[in-house]
Amino acid sequence: MVLVVEDDRQIRRFLRALLTAQGYRVVEADTGKAGLREATARVPDVIILDLGLPDMEGIDLLREVRQWSSIPVIVLSARGHERHKVEALDSGADDYLTKPFGASELCARLRVALRRSPDSRGGDGPFTVGDLKVDLAARRVTVGDREVHLTPIEYRLLAALVKHAGKVLTHGHLLAEVWGPGCAFENTYPRVYMSQLRRKIEKDPTRPRYLLTESGVGYRLAAE
Amino acid sequence: MSEMRPDPDALLERVKLEEGRTARGKLKIFLGAAPGVGKTYAMLQEARRLSARETDVALGYIEPHVRPETAALILGLDIIPPKVVEYRGLQLRELDLDACLRRKPKVLLVDELAHSNPPGSRHPKRWQDVEELLAAGIDVFTTLNVQHIESLKDIVASITGVMVRETVPDSFLDGADQIELVDIAPDDLIERFRSGNVYVSEEAERAMENFFRKENLIALRELSLRRAAERVGVELEGYRKSRLERPVWPIGDHLLVCVGPSPFSSRLVRATRRMAAGLKAPWVAAYVETPRSARLSQAAREQLTENLRLAQELGGEVVTLGGEDVVTELIDFARKRNVTKIVVGKPLQPRWKELLQGSLVYELTRRSGEIDVYVISGDAERAGRREGRVLKARWRPISYAWALAAVAVSTALGFLMVPSFALANIVMVYLLGVVVVAAACGERGPSVLVSVLSVVAFDFFFVPPKFSFGVSDLEYVFTFMVMLASGLIISDLTLRLRRQAEWARQRERATAALYAMSRTLLGTHGVEEMLREAARQLSSVFDAKVAVLLPDEEGNLKAADVGELGYEVDERERAVADWAFRHGENAGLGTSTLPLAAAHYHILSASSGPAGVIGLEPSEASTLLDPERLHLLDTFTNQVGLAIERARLATRARAVEMEVDIERLRNSLLSAVSHDLRTPLASIMGSSSTLLEKGDVLPPETRRELEEAIYDEAERLNRLVGNLLDVTRIEGGALSLRREWSSVEEIVGVVLARLSRSLEDHPVKTSIPSDLPLVPVDPVLVEQVLFNLVDNAIRHTPAGAGIDVSAERRPGEVIVSVADSGGGISPGEEARVFEKFQRAKRGEPGGGVGLGLTISKGIVTAHGGRIWVENCPDGGAVFRFGLPIVGDPPPVPEEGGLAPSQALPAGQGGQDRT
Repeated sequence: MVLVVEDDRQIRRFLRALLTAQGYRVVEADTGKAGLREATARVPDVIILDLGLPDMEGIDLLREVRQWSSIPVIVLSARGHERHKVEALDSGADDYLTKPFGASELCARLRVALRRSPDSRGGDGPFTVGDLKVDLAARRVTVGDREVHLTPIEYRLLAALVKHAGKVLTHGHLLAEVWGPGCAFENTYPRVYMSQLRRKIEKDPTRPRYLLTESGVGYRLAAE
Repeated sequence: MSEMRPDPDALLERVKLEEGRTARGKLKIFLGAAPGVGKTYAMLQEARRLSARETDVALGYIEPHVRPETAALILGLDIIPPKVVEYRGLQLRELDLDACLRRKPKVLLVDELAHSNPPGSRHPKRWQDVEELLAAGIDVFTTLNVQHIESLKDIVASITGVMVRETVPDSFLDGADQIELVDIAPDDLIERFRSGNVYVSEEAERAMENFFRKENLIALRELSLRRAAERVGVELEGYRKSRLERPVWPIGDHLLVCVGPSPFSSRLVRATRRMAAGLKAPWVAAYVETPRSARLSQAAREQLTENLRLAQELGGEVVTLGGEDVVTELIDFARKRNVTKIVVGKPLQPRWKELLQGSLVYELTRRSGEIDVYVISGDAERAGRREGRVLKARWRPISYAWALAAVAVSTALGFLMVPSFALANIVMVYLLGVVVVAAACGERGPSVLVSVLSVVAFDFFFVPPKFSFGVSDLEYVFTFMVMLASGLIISDLTLRLRRQAEWARQRERATAALYAMSRTLLGTHGVEEMLREAARQLSSVFDAKVAVLLPDEEGNLKAADVGELGYEVDERERAVADWAFRHGENAGLGTSTLPLAAAHYHILSASSGPAGVIGLEPSEASTLLDPERLHLLDTFTNQVGLAIERARLATRARAVEMEVDIERLRNSLLSAVSHDLRTPLASIMGSSSTLLEKGDVLPPETRRELEEAIYDEAERLNRLVGNLLDVTRIEGGALSLRREWSSVEEIVGVVLARLSRSLEDHPVKTSIPSDLPLVPVDPVLVEQVLFNLVDNAIRHTPAGAGIDVSAERRPGEVIVSVADSGGGISPGEEARVFEKFQRAKRGEPGGGVGLGLTISKGIVTAHGGRIWVENCPDGGAVFRFGLPIVGDPPPVPEEGGLAPSQALPAGQGGQDRT
């Protein structure tokens, strides 16, 4: 069941049509307060939240919800508001979509968001996408038949991405996860190491297949 | 932009202010025959009456009076305290002009109109102060004795024997709104004086005894009555004229007086004025400038200037004529102007001189034809003595040497001729020598010398008895006289010719200068240039240092830079210039306002009021006081004023033109945008409405096509809107960069991913070196730049053709290049492609509105980089942009062991989180 918190009627309409066609149940709310009410009452499986709500900041709603639940939240935002997206992601949102977006993007995000299960992926066997195979238990990374040798930090970075495969991770999140909580604001580190990772893993680092860059926000490991 | 169009309210305010300002105050003069008749008393009575009727009356200046009744009247009236001025050790009480202007009462009382202010005051005369008060809109009451009226000065002098020095010009009097005659019988006045009830200034005390004699008082009384009556007559006629509404043509007279450099001329001028007033006729004062007079001495020049100024003050027209002969010029002018009477002075020179040089009066009388000539008598013993002598030519010793040489040569020739020629011919040789020397030197001295020496030599060497100084034949005395006479005549002629030539040259110089200046002013553009030119011309013609003061936007005068031609305009001088500018009148040296200033300040007049002020600091103050020069200066400054105005108008026109251009551009943007917005919208609406209405009967492929069309067009619209927003942000300066140390490789990856669909038909080759450094840029914006470039490349490349994206490191920057294999850019268009709304000439399928490159340029420029396009040698174009690298990225801590938090250095350059 999907909760859609969006004030624009047309967008709600197309979302409803799309989600219902995908087989989801849809609940709509057109204001932040209504959204909060519905979230508390219905406890949906995933929330689609528009950041540009009229009555309250979407991010406040997010924080409210995060206080008592870890329901996956996908935020909708306009172009040029990267900072809002980063803030939302750092406040607990799972993913984001930039308006205008298309049906396929939304569905992909939803799939990823709903896939998260309480048990970490680590115990579920190696992660595979395309030719890339990451075995966290054995600490082995292969691309096709080629084994890839990574430095500890590179590995830690890749592991973080794999753990949230398909979802976007902000620079800040990656920093905290890989380098520890004391290194705020040094987006350079993830960037440099992502570069190195790309060169080791991707066939053409300028056209990455797996290690995708989310401009102004962070990075994402392709999950399919 | 809104400052260009004047605010109507502000305009109205200004008009009202102007109106208020030009409403002149009314002047009421209390006129009396002598001190003590009770003028001040009458004035104060009037003031009290007005004050009782709630009018705002103030006392500007009242002479300290002896009579207690007068003093009593002062009580209760508002007094503006006089200014105390130190002069020659005395503490003088004077009218505080500025305080009065500040106070701005409805009516101001100012006693003793004819008073002279001490040096250092703004105006030399109190009546000029009153003039300023009137101009400021303040009504003024004042008192005046009849003996202080300029045109009556001589008559009063002849009555009382006292020559008054402080006078008020008649023109000022005529401008008064009311004249009240305060009259008292002479006996009563004498009584008053005897009992000590008359205020008298200390300096005239002694003379007063003489003054207050009955016959004097009677005559003065008559004079004042007559003057007042004259005024009434004028008023009546004026009233009649205005009632009749028909102009009354004066069939009457037109007077001309000839003015010269002698003090006698001032009498003539005054007499003419009286006559003209009596005949109610206009009059002209003319000065004829001849070659001879071009060499007047300083004192004579000054006197002439004085005389002409007096004429002007008394209400006459002043002209300067030029020519050879005074009489001819006068008569020509008189005929041209329909002059009916000419006024001249009685001849003063001794009879023999008159015989030699001719008499002006005689000539005039003979040749004036139907014009009457009035001959005024003068004070013979005073005039004439002060007339300046004509400047002698410089004494040049070399001319005398020539004289000697000539005689020597003639003598030598004579000796050669003696055997064959008669004595008479030898005389001719000497005569020739005299003629040559006189013509060559043009000076009396050498001419005389050569004549005398020639005669002596001739006598000594050739006249029997030879080699002695005897003269055996009296004929030779005659020869001598003839030689001397010829020598003198010829040298005189030469001198005169020279002087004429000099004088003509001077006039020509002045005219040429004027012409040159107007030509250069016409040719120069820009006010700066113009001012420098003008300053140069003025400086050379008037032999002075120049200052040019122009108003800035707030209307305050600021001195423009004229280099070494200028002089320092200090506080005091600036104040004078300000006064001149604000009142629209010339001030400073040579004028009647603040004449003690170091320089003369002349208004640059333009059609809309003074455009500025030019200051002239002459090397010799007196050269400027000449009315002829002032006239020339006037002409010059008019030119400059007009030129400045022209330049200003040109600038304004250009600004208006630019505004029109901007409007036009805005309109074109609007039309371009509306077209490009409407087109995809039309497509979307068309497709969707078709699906809505005919969806069920359409075959699936068609349905699919329409659905795709809607999606594609919506995407296009999205891109367009994004571009427009970006352009607006860039133009509005709202582009804020969030710099981070970014990876070019990464940005390329994002862009290619975004365009993956369009790139299906275009193979892309990337070459980014792996050691390319990080660049301190806003990654989202640079992504936009690259996106635009690649998108552009796609649109200009045929399907199947390749696109190359590469980057390279250069010192201090990173250059990114996008090369396509399309048609390339037409040579010369390389810069224009980055301008707004530029589209390729070939029709653009699905093209944007032409803003992509503009936005890219804006972003790259904001980063401090540059963007340009080149044509590839093998066809196609390559767009390049350079991003400067400033500073170093923070060093990434080494792997192995170190905990990241410990290894962190403080953040260095390039990271600004706003």
